[in-house]
Amino acid sequence: MIPSSAFLALAIVLFVLGVAAFFVKKDLLTQFMAVEVMLNAGNLAFLSLAGRAGKAEAQVIVFFVLTVAAAEAVVGLAIILHYFRQRKSVRTEDVDGLKG
Amino acid sequence: MDWVIFGILAFLCVGSVAAMIFSRNPAHNALLLVLCFASLGGVFGLLDAPFAAVVQVIVYSGAIMVLFLFAVMTINLKKGQARERKRKIYAASMILAAVLLVELAIVARKAFWPAAESVPAGAPAEPVGIGHLLFTRYLYPFEITSILLIAALVGALVMAGKKESA
Repeated sequence: MIPSSAFLALAIVLFVLGVAAFFVKKDLLTQFMAVEVMLNAGNLAFLSLAGRAGKAEAQVIVFFVLTVAAAEAVVGLAIILHYFRQRKSVRTEDVDGLKG
Repeated sequence: MDWVIFGILAFLCVGSVAAMIFSRNPAHNALLLVLCFASLGGVFGLLDAPFAAVVQVIVYSGAIMVLFLFAVMTINLKKGQARERKRKIYAASMILAAVLLVELAIVARKAFWPAAESVPAGAPAEPVGIGHLLFTRYLYPFEITSILLIAALVGALVMAGKKESA
């Protein structure tokens, strides 16, 4: 039987890799994907710690996180596509319209 | 046997995200993430969460990442190609990530300190129980999520359907 701490360790490593990818990457799309990785690491942490609280509840939470992630992906990608249509770029350094 | 499967899946997961950090092509990144989420679905299966495992594979690597791929294909790759960050910023972000890793490890260690118990091998939660919970205790969050989905759909339609005005 695999202890739940192993799953929690995997979740931590995934989350940190997502954060690192978010920092290192320079285009909006890939940074958005890094956010998805972080959300998934959170899901895994929920499920790995669910041994004490009951499995069904944790899966309900995972279901909600997934739904919100889908909504977020739809709106975020629409914003990125709209931005690309206007500026012809998805580089983060070009997104400085509010800088003054 | 459990450990072998867990090791393979964890390696695929971590390896594909690490490859995403070093790859520069957004389309490759999206495909690597499909691999990561699919193997994460396998990990969920190891955790006795069959519903979450199936939904992970179908919705995440099937629907959301395909949406990302569509977006990547729509955006002209040659023009949108990002240059790598400067070496100094790269090193700084790696140091920050390492610090975050240590912090999270300490917190997890504290959480498991009193008793490092393993997951009890109970019966996997069946989708029937999850559906029951969704429509009884979590009814209001469920309805609010559906409103959120409608709002996101309408918002995306409004934004994507706008004619170029710039």
